[in-house]
Amino acid sequence: MTLDELTRPDFPILQRVVNGRPLVYFDSGASSQKPRAVLEAMSRYYERSHANVHRSIHTLGEEATELYELARDAVQRFIGASSREEVVFTRGTTDGLGLIAETIGRTLGRGDEIVVTELEHHSNLIPWQLVAKDRGAVLKAVPILADGTLDLAAYDRLLTKRTRVVAFTHVSNVVGTINPVTEMVRRARGVNALTVVDGAQAAPHQRLDMSALECDFYVFSAHKMLGPTGIGVMYGRRAVLDSLEPGRGGSEMIKEVWIDRAQWNDLPWRFEPGTPPIAEAVGLTAAIEYLEKLGMDRVTEHERALTRQTHEGLARIPGATVYGPPPSVERGAVVSFAVEGLHPHDVAALLDAQGIAVRAGHHCAMPLMRRLGVVGTSRATFSVFNSPDEVALLLTAVAGLSSAL
Amino acid sequence: MSGAGPSAPSGLYSDVIRDRWRRPRHRGDLPGANAVAEDVNPLCGDRVRMMLAVEPEGRIAEARFLGDSCAICTASADVVADLVAGRSRSEAAALDIADVLAVLQAEIRPTRMRCVTLPISVLAKALDWSPKR
Repeated sequence: MTLDELTRPDFPILQRVVNGRPLVYFDSGASSQKPRAVLEAMSRYYERSHANVHRSIHTLGEEATELYELARDAVQRFIGASSREEVVFTRGTTDGLGLIAETIGRTLGRGDEIVVTELEHHSNLIPWQLVAKDRGAVLKAVPILADGTLDLAAYDRLLTKRTRVVAFTHVSNVVGTINPVTEMVRRARGVNALTVVDGAQAAPHQRLDMSALECDFYVFSAHKMLGPTGIGVMYGRRAVLDSLEPGRGGSEMIKEVWIDRAQWNDLPWRFEPGTPPIAEAVGLTAAIEYLEKLGMDRVTEHERALTRQTHEGLARIPGATVYGPPPSVERGAVVSFAVEGLHPHDVAALLDAQGIAVRAGHHCAMPLMRRLGVVGTSRATFSVFNSPDEVALLLTAVAGLSSAL
Repeated sequence: MSGAGPSAPSGLYSDVIRDRWRRPRHRGDLPGANAVAEDVNPLCGDRVRMMLAVEPEGRIAEARFLGDSCAICTASADVVADLVAGRSRSEAAALDIADVLAVLQAEIRPTRMRCVTLPISVLAKALDWSPKR
């Protein structure tokens, strides 16, 4: 049984009819759909166990705390972190990257250098722009080559003894490039720079192992990996988290407080001020268990096949252009494309008229759009429930678009 | 709905929009323009530049636009250029979205309304930008 045959019955939303056609959802890169297991886990939590965590002595408070902390264990297992203290819950990838930038930012001085790449989502660019402006630091970007991969020779030249942070995406949300994280981290470590990896487009699609990647920070969102909105993960290497002052203050993150000072709580709570997203953590646990049951290697294999089918199929359509690495190169579960004579938003609207949901626009990566010489692209992204038949529908629809407007 | 293809009638893309997307009347540079503005739609990155040739007594002799934009935004810019030509500055400044929608004859969804309004807001900026008389 193929993965889509196995999983489709688990996703209630796939029963939807959109504009007279069965929904074909190719926008999981923006936000994935949710299996029933996630929806039920969250509603069961609200119906039976909800209370605030950590401070409540009563039964429900204990249950909620246990469920919330079980999510941390699930994430630790899912990403191969060496301890649960390294798993910090945030509101999502953007929140996590912002938290890291604020926290590390305080330690930067005038002339210190931050290295990002031309592939970055605005979420891994703007926080560093703010930090650079605030601290008088210098922001540099690793350029991409014509095939959408990073120019690693240029990366080497950008690393100097002033480099304090290297922040880059694991998988491009636009062109699907998979960056060589371990190698880039190794080189950054050569100049004693901290490494921050945006894993939003990797965590839903491939096996992760923090001990192999060796980065200092790794950040992702639950809602792109079959889980709920409103919760994300900031993995931080323990030695680094131990060395940093908390970025944000509030309840939960302290041990003892006086009017003029406070003693910080232990890891990981030191970085989790306020009431956390508890039901969302429960949903994330269910999403992780769902993915683990399928097996991440099988997930990767399934989605890579769909990606290749889409890439090769689009490349055969006259007037269609695919951006990023060629089909021979492994890429994430994303294919960005253009149809000659049509604006990406019109492509998306015309496909929507046939029930096919793709994303269109700059994908929050305007510098990359500028580099590609386009205003935007149309983008199909894949998840476990997508099928080769759906890709065939997309290809037929795209082939018919040139005469549509 | 006999296997409706992509060219099936769609309320979003009216005949007016299709026509003005394929054959815009006012697209191109306007070298003598003395009121110019440009802006982007932050949602999609679309960019529109409106150029007006305003006569000394305040009549808009000609309007043209340039831009990277979708069919709806392009059609809107073309209609805006149509509607302001020959008008006074104050008449042009009074142009609003209803005037443009009345010409476009399309069912614009909320998510695409910014495509219609961008050229109108750029027109307002252009009228603001030129020397006041």
